[in-house]
Amino acid sequence: MSTATIPDDLLLRERFTEIKPPLSPQAAVIESNRCLNCFDAPCTAACPTHIDVPGFIKRISTGNLRGSALRILDANILGSSCAKACPVEVLCEGACVMHRYNHEPIQIARLQRHAMDSFQATGEELLTAPRGSRNVQVACIGGGPASLACAAELCRHGAQATILERKDLLGGLNTYGVAEYKLRASDSLREAEMIRRMGVEFRTGAAIDTAEALEELESEFDFLFVGVGLGAMQRMNIPGEDQKGVLNALEFIASYKTGRLREMTGTVVVVGAGNTAIDAANAARRLGAETVYLLYRRGEREMSAFDFEYEHAKHEGVQFLWRRQPYAIRTNERGRLLLDTVQVSEVEKSLLPVPDSEYTIECDYVIPAIGQSPFAQLVQELRRIELSNGIIVVDPETGQTGNSRYFAGGDCANGGREVVDAVADGKRAARAILKIAEAAYA
Amino acid sequence: MPDIRVHQFAGGIDAPNPFWLASGPPTNTGEQIMRAFDAGWGGAVWKTIGEPITNVCSRYSSVDCNGVRMMGLNNIELITDRSIEANLRELAEVKKRYPYHAIIASLMVESKRDAWHEIVQRTEDAGADGLELNFGCPHGMSERGMGSAVGQVPEYTEMITTWVKEKACTPVLVKLTPNVTDIRTIASAARRAGADGLSAINTINSITGIDLDTFVPRPNVDGVSTHGGYCGPAVKPIALNMAQQIMADPAAALPLSGMGGIANWRDAVEFMLLGCGTVQVCTAVMHYGYRVVEDMAEGLENWMRTKGFATLEDFRGLSIERVTDWKHLNLNYKIVAHINEQTCIGCDLCHIACWDGAHQCIHLDRVEGPVDGPAPLHSTPAFIEERMRSSISTTPVTRQERAAALTNHGPYPTPLDRIPRVDETECVGCNLCALVCPVDECITMVRVDSVGRAETWEQRSRGAECAAEPQPS
Repeated sequence: MSTATIPDDLLLRERFTEIKPPLSPQAAVIESNRCLNCFDAPCTAACPTHIDVPGFIKRISTGNLRGSALRILDANILGSSCAKACPVEVLCEGACVMHRYNHEPIQIARLQRHAMDSFQATGEELLTAPRGSRNVQVACIGGGPASLACAAELCRHGAQATILERKDLLGGLNTYGVAEYKLRASDSLREAEMIRRMGVEFRTGAAIDTAEALEELESEFDFLFVGVGLGAMQRMNIPGEDQKGVLNALEFIASYKTGRLREMTGTVVVVGAGNTAIDAANAARRLGAETVYLLYRRGEREMSAFDFEYEHAKHEGVQFLWRRQPYAIRTNERGRLLLDTVQVSEVEKSLLPVPDSEYTIECDYVIPAIGQSPFAQLVQELRRIELSNGIIVVDPETGQTGNSRYFAGGDCANGGREVVDAVADGKRAARAILKIAEAAYA
Repeated sequence: MPDIRVHQFAGGIDAPNPFWLASGPPTNTGEQIMRAFDAGWGGAVWKTIGEPITNVCSRYSSVDCNGVRMMGLNNIELITDRSIEANLRELAEVKKRYPYHAIIASLMVESKRDAWHEIVQRTEDAGADGLELNFGCPHGMSERGMGSAVGQVPEYTEMITTWVKEKACTPVLVKLTPNVTDIRTIASAARRAGADGLSAINTINSITGIDLDTFVPRPNVDGVSTHGGYCGPAVKPIALNMAQQIMADPAAALPLSGMGGIANWRDAVEFMLLGCGTVQVCTAVMHYGYRVVEDMAEGLENWMRTKGFATLEDFRGLSIERVTDWKHLNLNYKIVAHINEQTCIGCDLCHIACWDGAHQCIHLDRVEGPVDGPAPLHSTPAFIEERMRSSISTTPVTRQERAAALTNHGPYPTPLDRIPRVDETECVGCNLCALVCPVDECITMVRVDSVGRAETWEQRSRGAECAAEPQPS
């Protein structure tokens, strides 16, 4: 285990105040009493990990906070980060029957955080079955939410799980990629540490990207779970993209979250209109950039970011430039960037430049946020595993790939979804592995 | 405008409205009572006057319900801790300033004829419009042979009421304790002794709760507690039942000042429909202050206007005869639950309540095809939950996925698979589903064609007796 951590940065904390602050104990009880305690609750059904939402909420109302937290962790070992990072508006809270009752859904995420915070404050460790009580050894490649969930589930049932992470820190995008005003990197690391204390082995700085490395793992472990996420961000493929001042959104977010970039000034242009683009644009504002543009080749109605993320960005002061596409990046004599853009219009499903609509934006940073590519390096080495557009094809019930010793989950198998989807994938794969191991033992 | 004045209650008490403050902390001093009259209260029963006592602290504890404070309140406070002289001096002053409001003196003295004669004389001299004999207080005073120690024994009640009636010129109300097997026996004793009216109910013996850290019940008095008197919204159903029992019994019925959990005009109307001529309120005032009377008076007037009642007597007692013995209920009255699909929000609480708490006749089978019949034919709640837990759901990340997630192809606001269905062939018409449904008027109980003419259990069993008798040859 690497001892690398992220220092607590007061400036960062101040700039990235939480958008969903914790509930006070009494507010939590009042809110929990508002929950109707639905049967076969739609919130639970909507949650990819099927957390027993009314179950944990009612435990808050009776003061059984330990029971509440364990109920959450039982379904979702990353219950703490999911409480902060989940787009609950399209998940549990979006499914709440209150929308049809008196309109304001139960604040499920904040209640979940309340239960998890109180559990973490006690420092109690999670119970697991004795290590090795099931004779099955699993390597989880990649240290993000999918692998953490898979390894934790295996460990809880007595199997041995080892996580191999090429970076210094565990947590994957939870540590490096979620907007700091939602989830702090230190909180992600604390969650990973809880999983380590359950008995999961962490090997950091362990890049698995060659056939030899895979072969070694195959000889050491019974099963391999691939949870490597997606690869590098897609390039814009325009001239001038590689100069100083241009950095992709994930790189940018990781930089400020780990303290390598603490301040911005001037004008920032984020290219793209997904949730990551919004995260980047908001972060640029909070880091001090006076003007932040979000440039998107299509219109407001086509943007892939969630509606609430769009609203949030408007509140942060991000300005939107619709139907505009960059075609070159230059530098002027004072060393500032010149982003050449052109208006585009959609004609028969293709975007065509509008004549005489060129416009150059003088700015200090350009942050492309136009999606991630598949993690081609590794997955191409995987043998007898079917891929579809670079995404690993799995049985959705089990996460099993075409190679029966290989399982996969998270972004590399679902094409890029949320933390909670990765956790659900990891949990399902772990249960499938345990079932196979059980059958083999019997 | 409906007239909500009280005329000659219990043979002689008038008041601008039937809302009286019950004897208790809100009527401790003349200063308080005058502010209460200014706020709109029609009368006040003075906090029990007698030889002053020493109170303990703390004195109150309560029961909250899912975040609502003071559903039930418990107290171990005793009668007045101020001198008889001070109380009567203030009473005289209030009566002088508010001649048209009802001022009733609650009294409690030693169970001696002379003591009662003396206090009655002094109180009436001070100008009280009536007397309320506190035979109900269940804590503290009862250990000294007063309060409910009197009110639990018909003979004592009758004896002391007789002593008071020997002396009193104003109406005498006997305040009854609910801590008896049958409140009618005490009410009858008061009536036999010549009481002019009754007040019911006093507080109910209670322990409201225990501190799970110290194991000391509440209220905590230096590490121990004692049983107290329970009141507040939680006790209203008990009080209503006792009011009905008293008013339906010719040997017990007297003009009744009803109390026990009255917090608003609706509660008050219920007591009046069961025969009460006035109502008394304490806990609601302790919770929110005298101002609660404003809505009580307005609400009552507006309700009377809607119903076309001109005076309180027009509707007083209308529900007494709507309560009968179980044996007189019609066994052939059939209703079934009906769910309004347009207003159902899909919480499915009716489904689980019916399966686990009633008769297994509300199902989630609209989509897979309705099946009528007993429980074994249907998916159990556990099966339904397991099916959900083993389903795969994912976050709708693309615009198309989100649009699809929002689309509900069913004909109602709630997806069809979440709208429960009542199997009317099995429904026993128990009301439970309608009670648990959070949406007003979503589940209604609908009468189904009668399966025969009205028949009570009494009639049916009498018929069986007749059938069993040997027929004359």
